[in-house]
Amino acid sequence: MEAKRRELVPFALLWGAGIATLVILIVILAYILANGLPVISWHFLTGEPALWGQTGGGIYSTIVATLAVTGISLLVAAPLSVGGAIYLNEYTKKTPLRKIISQAAEILAGIPSIIVGLFGFLFFVIYLAPLTGGWSMISGGLTLAFMVLPISLRTSEEALKTVPAELREGSLGLGATKWQSITTVVLPTALPGIITGLILGVGRAVGETAAILLTAGGSLNLIQSLRDPGRPMTLNIYDVLTEYRDTSTAYGTAAVLVIAILAITLITDWLMNNYSKKLKGL
Amino acid sequence: MISIKPNRAGRSLRRSATQDIKGRAIELLLLLCGISSVCAIFLIIIFIFAEGLPFLIQAGPNFLISSVWQPTDNFADGLWGIFPIIIGSLLVTVGAVAIGMPLGVACAIFLAEIAPAPVRRILVPSVNALAGVPSVVYGFFGLLVVVPWIRGQFGGFGTSVLASWLILFIMILPTIISISTDSIRAVPKEFKEGSLAIGATHWQTIRSVLVPAASSGIIASVILGMGRAIGETMAVLMVAGNSITIPNSIFAPTSTLTAQIALEMGYATGAHREALFAMGIVLFAFIMILTGLANLASRRRIAY
Amino acid sequence: MNNASETSVEISVKNLNLWFGKFQALKNISIDIQKNQVTALIGPSGCGKSTFIKTLDRMNDLVDNVKVTGEVVYQGRNILDSDTDVVELRKQIGMVFQKPNPFPKSIFDNVAYGPRVHGVRKKQNLDEVVERSLKAAALWEEVKDRLNESALRLSGGQQQRLCIARLLAVEPDVLLMDEPASALDPIATSKIEDLIYELKNDYTIIIVTHNMQQAARVATNTAFFYLGELVEYAPTIDLFERPQDKRTEDYVTGKFG
Repeated sequence: MEAKRRELVPFALLWGAGIATLVILIVILAYILANGLPVISWHFLTGEPALWGQTGGGIYSTIVATLAVTGISLLVAAPLSVGGAIYLNEYTKKTPLRKIISQAAEILAGIPSIIVGLFGFLFFVIYLAPLTGGWSMISGGLTLAFMVLPISLRTSEEALKTVPAELREGSLGLGATKWQSITTVVLPTALPGIITGLILGVGRAVGETAAILLTAGGSLNLIQSLRDPGRPMTLNIYDVLTEYRDTSTAYGTAAVLVIAILAITLITDWLMNNYSKKLKGL
Repeated sequence: MISIKPNRAGRSLRRSATQDIKGRAIELLLLLCGISSVCAIFLIIIFIFAEGLPFLIQAGPNFLISSVWQPTDNFADGLWGIFPIIIGSLLVTVGAVAIGMPLGVACAIFLAEIAPAPVRRILVPSVNALAGVPSVVYGFFGLLVVVPWIRGQFGGFGTSVLASWLILFIMILPTIISISTDSIRAVPKEFKEGSLAIGATHWQTIRSVLVPAASSGIIASVILGMGRAIGETMAVLMVAGNSITIPNSIFAPTSTLTAQIALEMGYATGAHREALFAMGIVLFAFIMILTGLANLASRRRIAY
Repeated sequence: MNNASETSVEISVKNLNLWFGKFQALKNISIDIQKNQVTALIGPSGCGKSTFIKTLDRMNDLVDNVKVTGEVVYQGRNILDSDTDVVELRKQIGMVFQKPNPFPKSIFDNVAYGPRVHGVRKKQNLDEVVERSLKAAALWEEVKDRLNESALRLSGGQQQRLCIARLLAVEPDVLLMDEPASALDPIATSKIEDLIYELKNDYTIIIVTHNMQQAARVATNTAFFYLGELVEYAPTIDLFERPQDKRTEDYVTGKFG
């Protein structure tokens, strides 16, 4: 009985930790949404930004900029990460090359965004200026690809690992070539996991600011081409807050981002649940 | 009984050259994809070091020890000491971890051992959601809620070391929680069953068996959290105060390597810009040390 | 010892040796597999039976550190040669595994998988192949109304028959079966044995089994493997009732294994 009582305190603390974490999330989300949702309107989402110093503008150009850099980063990172994961998992065994690539991806994942931004600035904005247009959506997107790549590489590799060996043996035993086995059996089976990884990568790209700060240019004008500079939503929050203290636009943009993140979380959660069910044949 | 017998005549068993070439080409293509991450790292290192290393060498150890920072675009005219900035980075990191580690590990234990399934179903996505919130939104929240609160309670500007701690710990929570949870879950069942079978209580089992067994993973998660904290830019930029002095209290402002780089890149030229890259190298060095430590920690498993 | 009843030889194995690293798993195996008959491979666990049949369709290539010497002659060539088209080989010599491994796809897509990867596209042709294969595997009646359901919903025995149907759809000559019924209940097992008995008229079948009664029920010839060696190879009845080698006798009378 005495032991049971002494157990209460640690258990209460542990429950407290779990609840506290939940509360922190709820407080932050509630605060942003409470102040931000009222700002969101059709005009807000589709209108042009207000002139310098004024409030009440829209964030359309920032939404487009976010889509542009995210799209470019995904376009580059997705094939590289999925292809790399396929190579690691299907074509190598315990060779040193595999370890090198894995380690490299891990290190890449840990590099702070500001450093990736510094690199992006030197490489894409300055060095490759003729190709990228200097400060531009292309420079921003390509820089972001460096950050999306390690995430989707790791998750794609995990997804491929969960495909049981018997499936590969089965398809090879029926006379399929290795590549046929991969495309018709292994990839389709691992697809939900791979897509989850890509979506997580998208989430990272959408939420990234420091690297964008140094490569995308920051112009509020609606981009006409991918070589134009632009200001994605995250950068906009920072700019409007620090330049003109425009809290309402900041709230609205933050609310949009938060909703996007929540949607991503729910979708990936649902996808992963579905995936494990599919493997069991339910 | 249906029989299916094919006509095998003419189906050669000799290897086809075109199939071979196709297979090799595909493998090569995939190899290139895999190497891309290695290339990425090399590119980053080469460019950053090319820009910052000459400056670092020119500035010498004074760069790291001196406390006077007066950059200009001409090396000779400027004063290049980033000691307070380094201290700032370390300070905000240590504090964030001091708060985040106990809460994170406790939450991980909760998730791995105690939480009933419905609670887990809510909490795990919530941790993922916390991980997904953009850093600028955290900074935004910090600037509009935490900073005024500190200002009201403790005076000063509010943008401070404390504000950085309070926001940063939240940002590193998901890292610590998810990796620690996995580590605790990975402890073989036999350990737990063995402990309970000799009459230990659940908590005693957790405290004396599970957590020590998972300790290498937990430590690795904390070190990774440190890496995240020291590499965080936007949130710190918005709540730390950006003052290049060594803070004399937790309510005083400070600056970090990340924030300083972000702030000054916008207008830095010449030697000033190179100095910022040099700061990037210093930051990179810290990250490498932390990553190395994390790897060491996760390799030192209790042999079982 | 080789007294097996002969019709004509489908696969002729000569002096086959195989090493996993330093460990020699197959020692100088020579055996002629007869066409359109069922040949059973029996013996205690770990003595090379599975390794042997995996050599016949080059599935051992998937394992690290394997070294093979000797000849396996099929269709007039040594399939162990490096210029053998392994992909085509596996269409002609197919394998069913111990644990059924249907793809997480529909029943239809599982059976149509082989033909599809080999270029058959037209829906009509695929429908026909799928129906024929499922009928040949004695599964058609049970699944004809639910071809689009996930194959993973089938029972163990049905899944194994599905794997056989999948194999038949690529129209092989030789079927290799590695303990195909060991994961199944007795009723499902007997269905598989009936199926094997029917199939032997058109296919050469090699079946690895732990179950001596099973070998006695379905196989014309039986080979006894022990510690990587082919000890004795004879018509099944002879092997069981009049074993020539002491080791064979000990095994079939249950003294070990």
